Amino acid sequence: MNLKHFAGALALGTMMVMPLAAQAQEEETAVIGVSIPAATHGWAGGMNFHAQATIEALEERYENLDFVLSTASDPGQQVSDIEDMMATRNIDALVVLPFESEPLTGPVQRVKEEGKWVTVVDRGLSQENIEDLYVAGDNPGFGRVAGEYFVENMPDGGNIVVLRGIPTTIDNERVEAFEAAIEGSGIEVLGMEHGNWNRDDSFEVMQDFLSRYPEIDAVWASDDDMAVGALEAIAQAGREDEMWVLGGAGMKEMIQRVMDGDEQVPANVTYPPAMIGTAIELTALNFVSDVPVSGEFIIGSVLITQDNAEQYYFPDSPF
Amino acid sequence: MTDTSATQAKRPASGFKIDFHVWGPIIALIVLVIAGALMNPNFLSYGNVTNVLARSAFIGIIAVGMTFVITSGGLDLSVGSMAAFIAGVMILIMNALLPSMGVGIGIVLVGMASALVVGLAAGLVNGLLITQARIEAFIVTLGTMGIFRSLITWLADGGTLSLDYSVREIYRPVYYSGLFGVAWPIIVFAVIAIIGEMIMRHTAFGRHCAAIGSNEQVARYSAVHVDRVRLATYVFLGILVGIATIMYVPRLGSASSATGVLWELEAIAAVIIGGTVLKGGFGRVWGTVVGVLILSLIDNLLNLTDLVSPYLNGAIQGVIIILAVVLQRQKKAAR
Repeated sequence: MNLKHFAGALALGTMMVMPLAAQAQEEETAVIGVSIPAATHGWAGGMNFHAQATIEALEERYENLDFVLSTASDPGQQVSDIEDMMATRNIDALVVLPFESEPLTGPVQRVKEEGKWVTVVDRGLSQENIEDLYVAGDNPGFGRVAGEYFVENMPDGGNIVVLRGIPTTIDNERVEAFEAAIEGSGIEVLGMEHGNWNRDDSFEVMQDFLSRYPEIDAVWASDDDMAVGALEAIAQAGREDEMWVLGGAGMKEMIQRVMDGDEQVPANVTYPPAMIGTAIELTALNFVSDVPVSGEFIIGSVLITQDNAEQYYFPDSPF
Repeated sequence: MTDTSATQAKRPASGFKIDFHVWGPIIALIVLVIAGALMNPNFLSYGNVTNVLARSAFIGIIAVGMTFVITSGGLDLSVGSMAAFIAGVMILIMNALLPSMGVGIGIVLVGMASALVVGLAAGLVNGLLITQARIEAFIVTLGTMGIFRSLITWLADGGTLSLDYSVREIYRPVYYSGLFGVAWPIIVFAVIAIIGEMIMRHTAFGRHCAAIGSNEQVARYSAVHVDRVRLATYVFLGILVGIATIMYVPRLGSASSATGVLWELEAIAAVIIGGTVLKGGFGRVWGTVVGVLILSLIDNLLNLTDLVSPYLNGAIQGVIIILAVVLQRQKKAAR
């Protein structure tokens, strides 16, 4: 309903102003603003790549769509970006992957109140029913799938260590679901520390875990950047044969190792950075077609093993 | 107690009073080591000591250079971004040369040379803007910090630059192996610290740095080439950032926009904990080394024990930084 009216209004508006050539161009083109965090770690780098790739493809496919992409390195900057888009670029829709939920909720709500289409990606806002479309990965699912893999592959229990990400809701949801999944399985979590989704930090944390615990059977690195650091620390200690590492998010180098049947990296869990592409595509559909796209779109976390690794391997992506 | 404060550091501690300005950092370090040994038996193991010293080396090498810059009244906020940028350029150069040069020691040497050259050039840009264009060091290096950080993000296309696997295998020992059981990064750090300490104490350059830092006008009237000495401190720091990067790249073989984040602040904190005066005029390299070790020991200890929530790691570090400086100040205030 809404959508139809909007499309109708747009068409009508276009027809009415057609004689005013200069203005006509502006009116018939829908401008979609995309605001995402800057590439501060591997996953965000992949997300930036997919955002740009999707925008390029869509601009080629639809002549009447224009995109404004901005990347922010902190929540404050992201708020300014969105205000600038509203003030100077006259956007018709906003696709936003909030840096943090709380500080972005107000500004995004104001965009909605101006009558614009709002798509929220990955991190939900702290108030419900602001956005028209919500596209996200499944964070509890990410932790649960990982936990289930540990339970399945450690039937007799064992000792594991966990590397956590940057302290955020995302990280908490994942870890809670993971802990719930391994509960009662005899798997003991020796230690949990924050590796901040960063290779250097996780390298150092893993070095210290290795000094501290003489017996570790497996590592839940919970992210592929952290898995890289952890694997290097394990290699330095010469304890490669003792433990395997489960990362996550599907970095191409890790998928490659899963494909090759590496015993140290037996599996991976997806949390695709390409979800930003899904969000932009769906938002674009709202302006170029009549199909309904409002609602929620949750992209499940899937276990990648040697059998299905090939379909998750994207050699061109930076991540 | 009416003698000038300039002699305070050299005068031996009299009676039972401990001169915290001299002994503060060392006492803090000893307390940390004892605490660590009591809390975890593995703390003093060969493996753990090697880990801590080797990971201190990057910040440590940079902090030695930073000591000279701060002593002469300057500041460099760009070193973390600069390290990331140099690492990126180094990896790109080695990967690009791989088809023509093949895998061998040669390609690693070219990579190392390029790191030194880029470091020197970056330091020269900072130094020239500060001494010739006469812009505040804080502003210049704040600007170049952003520039280097953006450049590495752009070079890596927002992702991670990885050194080719075959080159990495040859280069890897530079971080992981060593001489007589002492890892290379530790050896390099030690050599640079000793050279730095000697330059600071026994050469005209070291004395000129302190002179400029305590009073630029007086130094100028005393025929010190102020601009030349200043420029040299930034170039020296740039080269040391290059050396730190040479040790860093073989560790994980990659560089991304997350490389070297906040290294500048860690280096500055280490310099200050070590007793160098932030406003310039007095610096000591051995203090900086102690400062670096204190900072990385805190991290290590927090990882080895469950003493506090990991959320509070930063707070513990903050308290210790402030405490270290307060201990040193108390003595001064008392005079």
